[in-house]
Amino acid sequence: MNVRSQLVMVFNLDKCIGCHTCSIACKNIWTDRQGAEYMWWNNVETKPGIGYPKNWEDQEHYKGGWINDGGELRLKGLGKGPTLLNMFFQPNMPAITDYYEPFDVDYANLHGAPKGDDQPTADIVSQISGQKMEEVTSGPNWDDDLSGSGQHAANDPNLADASIIEDYGRIFMQYLPRLCNHCLNPACAASCPSRAIYKRGEDGVVLVDQNICKGWRFCTSACPYKKVYYNWTTGKAEKCIFCFPRTETGQCNACSHSCVGRIRYLGVLLYDADGVEQALKQPDDKLVEAQRALILDPHDPAVQQAARKNNIPDHWLDAACNSPAYTLVKEQGMALPLHAEFRTMPMAYYIPSLSPVIAKHGDLHEVAKHGLIPALEQLRVPLDYLASLLGGGNQQVVTQSLAKLIALRVWMRAKNLGETADPALLAEAGLDETSATKLYRLFTVANYRERSIIPGQQREMKEPYLRKGGRGFGILKTPRGGL
Amino acid sequence: MADNRIKDESCCGGRDWEEFYRNRWQYDKVVRSTHGVNCTGGCSWMVHVKDGIVGWELQANDYPQLSGDIPNHEPRGCPRGISYSWYLYSPLRVKYPYLRGALLDRWQEARAQHDDPVTAWASIVENPDRRASYTSQRGMGGFRRADWETVVELIAASTVYTAKKHGPDRIIGFTPIPAMSMISYAAGTRFLQLLGGVCMSFYDWYCDLPPASPQVWGEQTDVCESADWYNASYIVLCGANLPQTRTPDSHFMTEARYRGAKVVVMSPDLNIASKFADTWLPVEQGHDGAFWMALNHVLLKEFYVDRQVPFFEEYARTYTDLPFLVKLEQRDGIWQAGEHLRASELERSAGMEQGEWILCVSDASGKIRIPKGSLGMRWDSKPGNWNLDMTDVLDNQPIDCALSLLGDRATTVCFRYEGEQDALREVPCRSIQTVNGEVLVTTVFDLLLAQFGVSRDLGGDYPSSYDDDKPFTPAWQEKHTGVGRETLLQIAREWGENGEKSNGRNMVITGAGVNHWYHNDLIYRSFITALLLTGSVGRNGGGMAHYVGQEKVVPLAPWTAVAMAQDWVKPSRLQNTPSFWYIHSDQWRYDRNFTDYFKPETGENIPAHAADVNAKAVRLGWLPFAPHFNDSPLRLMQQAHEAGATDDAAIRAWLVKRLQSGETRFAIEDPDAPENFPRLWFIWRSNAISASAKGHEYFLKHVLGAPNSTVTASEVAKDQVTELVWHDKAPEGKMDLIVDLNFRMDTSTVYSDIILPAATWYEKSDVNTTDMHSFVNCMDAAVPPSWESKADWKIFSMIAKKVSELSAPHFPEPFKDIIAAPLLHDTPGEIAQRRVKDWKQGECEPIPGKTMPNLAIVERDYVNLYNRFMSLGPNIAHLGAHGVNWDADDVHADLLNRLPTRSWGGKTYIDLEDERNVADTLLAFAPETNGELAVRAYQNMEARIGKPLAHLAEGSRNVRISWDDITRQPRRFHNSPVWSGLVDGGRPYSPYVLNVEHGVPWRTLSGRQSLYLDHPWYTSFNEGLPTFKGKLPAAVLDELQEGVQDGLVLNFLTPHGKWGIHSTYTDNLRMLTLSRGGQVVWLNHEDAAQAGIEDNEGVELINNNGVVVCKAIVSSRIPKGSVFMYHAPERTINIKKSRKTGKKGGVHNSLARIRLKPTLMLGGYAQFSYYFNYWGPTGVNRDCYVVVRKLRG
Repeated sequence: MNVRSQLVMVFNLDKCIGCHTCSIACKNIWTDRQGAEYMWWNNVETKPGIGYPKNWEDQEHYKGGWINDGGELRLKGLGKGPTLLNMFFQPNMPAITDYYEPFDVDYANLHGAPKGDDQPTADIVSQISGQKMEEVTSGPNWDDDLSGSGQHAANDPNLADASIIEDYGRIFMQYLPRLCNHCLNPACAASCPSRAIYKRGEDGVVLVDQNICKGWRFCTSACPYKKVYYNWTTGKAEKCIFCFPRTETGQCNACSHSCVGRIRYLGVLLYDADGVEQALKQPDDKLVEAQRALILDPHDPAVQQAARKNNIPDHWLDAACNSPAYTLVKEQGMALPLHAEFRTMPMAYYIPSLSPVIAKHGDLHEVAKHGLIPALEQLRVPLDYLASLLGGGNQQVVTQSLAKLIALRVWMRAKNLGETADPALLAEAGLDETSATKLYRLFTVANYRERSIIPGQQREMKEPYLRKGGRGFGILKTPRGGL
Repeated sequence: MADNRIKDESCCGGRDWEEFYRNRWQYDKVVRSTHGVNCTGGCSWMVHVKDGIVGWELQANDYPQLSGDIPNHEPRGCPRGISYSWYLYSPLRVKYPYLRGALLDRWQEARAQHDDPVTAWASIVENPDRRASYTSQRGMGGFRRADWETVVELIAASTVYTAKKHGPDRIIGFTPIPAMSMISYAAGTRFLQLLGGVCMSFYDWYCDLPPASPQVWGEQTDVCESADWYNASYIVLCGANLPQTRTPDSHFMTEARYRGAKVVVMSPDLNIASKFADTWLPVEQGHDGAFWMALNHVLLKEFYVDRQVPFFEEYARTYTDLPFLVKLEQRDGIWQAGEHLRASELERSAGMEQGEWILCVSDASGKIRIPKGSLGMRWDSKPGNWNLDMTDVLDNQPIDCALSLLGDRATTVCFRYEGEQDALREVPCRSIQTVNGEVLVTTVFDLLLAQFGVSRDLGGDYPSSYDDDKPFTPAWQEKHTGVGRETLLQIAREWGENGEKSNGRNMVITGAGVNHWYHNDLIYRSFITALLLTGSVGRNGGGMAHYVGQEKVVPLAPWTAVAMAQDWVKPSRLQNTPSFWYIHSDQWRYDRNFTDYFKPETGENIPAHAADVNAKAVRLGWLPFAPHFNDSPLRLMQQAHEAGATDDAAIRAWLVKRLQSGETRFAIEDPDAPENFPRLWFIWRSNAISASAKGHEYFLKHVLGAPNSTVTASEVAKDQVTELVWHDKAPEGKMDLIVDLNFRMDTSTVYSDIILPAATWYEKSDVNTTDMHSFVNCMDAAVPPSWESKADWKIFSMIAKKVSELSAPHFPEPFKDIIAAPLLHDTPGEIAQRRVKDWKQGECEPIPGKTMPNLAIVERDYVNLYNRFMSLGPNIAHLGAHGVNWDADDVHADLLNRLPTRSWGGKTYIDLEDERNVADTLLAFAPETNGELAVRAYQNMEARIGKPLAHLAEGSRNVRISWDDITRQPRRFHNSPVWSGLVDGGRPYSPYVLNVEHGVPWRTLSGRQSLYLDHPWYTSFNEGLPTFKGKLPAAVLDELQEGVQDGLVLNFLTPHGKWGIHSTYTDNLRMLTLSRGGQVVWLNHEDAAQAGIEDNEGVELINNNGVVVCKAIVSSRIPKGSVFMYHAPERTINIKKSRKTGKKGGVHNSLARIRLKPTLMLGGYAQFSYYFNYWGPTGVNRDCYVVVRKLRG
């Protein structure tokens, strides 16, 4: 057992309101800089939809992630890794048009325009070329709330039947917030010829060393989630840093802090690093369970002992025991990895969303199985769609999660109305009163401190006395090549 | 596999470089502030400052927890709010004062010739060419930067000139929604009220006021805070897209689902909210009312007739007007529901004081009884009977009141429905003896059952079953809503059962989606009925939750005093904006008689044109109007004085006589005469010319005289209007000067004459409250005002100072002004007019305050205007709101010691120069934040209602909240009788629990929640009982242009958007980037295909009101037949020229205009009594049609 600790974010998509506050919190703090304008380390996508960059899920096109090639894992686009031959050519890398051309507006014209014969307006200007753009044709959230679009959403690779898109009676709409998954098997890191990308031992955060990066952009191609970006001003790759300056000090990430839907949960997971490779060799529809199996029980004394051997501090073990991520991912199996079949073993997890039934003219309203809360089979969202997104194609792992949500609601409704709540309902979905109460609490009254349990980092090992008194405190050492 | 990567550790370069990102995160200080935007959010934000620059904001997460049973509020905030820091340093920011070049030239020329700036201004505006040289360039660019001294002098000169030449009631100010930044609001209104200027309403103008609320509850709007959604067990979203428009609150809804609440979403489009629905009901837009009418049909039948639910019946008897008696009246041989039976009509109670305003019930034995609580008991001389006790007021015996008279006899009564056959239905009734002879009476409950077609084996034209297509069956609603009858039945049964099982925890969350229709009051009354029938109002987790407009100024009483300068002068000059702009932007000229789509039955003397009704409403004292008269009120006072009228009574008599003779006329009767124009317009905290200008192009044409108006409508009112003088040529450019205080270049600044740079929300101190939560928040300065910007409070104080200076030669002494104020709600004026009688038509005598407006004479002192502005005046210690009063001399005395003071004229006052002192003043004098005053206020209310209440404030008696408190943490306000909710014990605020739990009457005719509106005008329009009326048909709206055929005709809807709060943020680069980079409309894919329009293609929207040019978003989630333009864009970002006009396209309001519903203009009759933002016609704008076509090709 090779115990590692990882900070993990869990998203309850059933609560996501698609507001994008998270994206802007991130943008304001991290990527409001020249060269980073087009980067959205955190973004939110409307599903069905093609997302940002466009069609990122389509690995036939982008060739990101890993494949199981006859029992051996290799990078889909590069084979075993970068070679001299492909060093100067990235055929599968997204172009700026796949993201969007970042723009600004000539606002100053509104008060600066000379007297004219029509009202002055402000033109759109490219932030790359500085030239006027006649029209905006793309953006980081272009298909927002669009759902029913034959032009965009119909190309969502998770959709088995694209005709649903243009049927007012059948369309559905959900949201998918995304950031770097800080994977256990990061394709970006594996692909980097400069070895500039590393996964931090203490929290599992994957970072691009801004001193080392040479801008080869293998990482951009290799990441199947397209969450490594190229800064065209500094010539280096940048990506979500999991707000490590905040998490190191026990604060949750800016995106999570600002999540007004209160959908995000943060906590420590312990896993067995020695089992990662084997787990990733499972067939697609077994990947979710294999990944879950790697997660260790932090209460287990053997795990704790092994963890201490790997220098995982006690307060991290305490945090792991109280981790909402452990409850949601492992204990209750509610949260699922996004596209496990990309085989990077992503460390962001998603609870799938319920969806409404429709009542249209002439249609009989489908009487719900349990009183007035619709049953699983009646949801608008096709289960194979969710399975494609979150189950590696395995519908069962998705329905298990949804069934728990429904059972929880039905059980709580009875309690709410002072009726006798039938525990059999819970049992059918794999819950009991204790676990249901725990989930209920996490999804509702759990406050800021309960939703995010983040142990701060101990930094005193690194000459704290000197640092505190020294001139280096907070002074930026400019790396070679500038920032 | 590269497993060495998994093992990690640092890469080869070491990890010192990580400080790059650590440094990016570091900051120097954090300041708590909020956003002063009309969104109801009231979110607490932590603004991070680095190197003197605002870097970013993150939400506060330290809200006090209400209780362990309710989720916390953190982190309140949305994508709009979190983008605010972008504005501060963006090129969109207004950094300096600007004015139109031609105006600056004229001013400099004039100042060179005239020493007195007032004379200089006269030389410009009295010369038509000079005036036109800048007014004709409005909106056409050519701004020039100026210095503060120049612009303040110009503005002050124009103010003094206008007051002197035309009267101060020609000076108007528009700023909306005080709650979001109440001191900034108060800045301009305090100045205007000291001056005698006009403060314009907003809640009714925005159509955020739901008139059904005053109709049913006598209350402007009172709603639960969003935390209380969590207590609901059945939630219907009807016209509200919570995640999109109540972003920080929506988690309470998503979380309530886990507590087992069912969520039903009624929405024509698959919107974000419908993602959270258990059942999505895609109801035809504007026809939600039909669904609810049928739901009520099922409720009445299954929960009141087939089976009785004791909880429902008890509620109906105690808290609604259902048991009250109504007379049946015969008209042309047909029985119809008439007025309520009054105590004054019975021999037993004929002598009762205010007996005409006291209603009756029948007890189980058939005796007519007079329960306590009717409005007459609020205003009689014997306090203590105005309460909800079902006890006879004459003998104090309990009344076992009857809901129904079923059993005695029945009479066939006629019920009329729009678009349906009249129905003759038997109604249980009884004959009783009155002082006027025998009359037939029934109960509201009996009428309601008949209205809804629930027969109880009575004869007549009742539907035979749910499948019988007659009003208001499940089958009937199908054709209006598109929702199947089985679905309706299921939802109706769930609704009823949930109400029964949960003791009324049924909730309707509603908003603009239904409130912006012409017949919004009917839609609202339909679901309010469903709430009342299930006992769901006045309980936590139940009721109507209407959230449009952040209307709740928590410290209402002291705020009103400071904002309206009532600490110095009462009453205030307040104007209902819908009437004002309907008339002054000349939209009335293009409006045809409403009788083509809203037809009263014959009998009542109701004019046929909305402008005529409005003129009648003004002269009868129902609605205010500015200017008041066709001459300056100051000049009238001089003339009265010269005519020998020395005291106020004589002045009033003099004026009444002149009004009667026609020598002096109400200005509304001739609004297009130059002497009746509004002349000077202050705009702050708003986008008054665009997002807030319904009929924007009419504003451009008539109010501004801007050359790019695109109105093509015909002036159809010419031969229809009878009360207003018709001028063949409508005026263009009525305003002499438009001054806009703004931090950004929005559409209004582009069209204004003078732009003053306003401080942003991170650069000033203010107080912020909302109806969505029960905290008092601060807005505070993270950095000083950037560049030359200043806080609103500072700007208006500068103008006030200059006005006082310039007034010395023009208004050297204090002088008199007269205010024509309507009959007000919560005053005896609300029982002034038992019958509609028009003195002008000789039906009664003109009596101020009774049959016509109050004529209040006040004193102005312009030389001391600035001193008064800066000093807290003497009336502050005697406050009141909603009819509750309290004294606070001790608080005043204490504050005089605590806060800085200012002395002048031999007296010392609290100094208001620093906004933080204003904040402390508001918090000190409000019962909501000063517990001792809450006790006193409850004691005052106790005396009137005769029930114990003061104990409700005992727990918070010693609690006081100060400015310093709210800068540290959001602080929860406490119980106060100014509001009808209770918040003690960690309870979420829910309206009317005070009424239900403590017997306090609603401020309505019966004192109960009113299902029946017995005013003859309502009877005349068949709206006495809840009913359904559909969208107005396009054919009678005169909006579609003849000849424009090459496009789709679609219903134009403007729901609230995702990427802006109204127009704010829609121009913010963050929002533009996350959306489509400018104005868009949403179309259904099949509609778009029919017009050959593709996603992101340029389109043109045309009707007679104006033109919009933008891009299309195409999606099947939009219902066919409609086009959505989210409210409200700016016409400033990347707007193309229109194919039709050759000019740049407009904004959403370019396609809209308003129509005023005459039944909302009534006054002097119980809950139909005016108050600012409270009652009056609303700016409906959703019954609107446009042609959509490709911009090119």
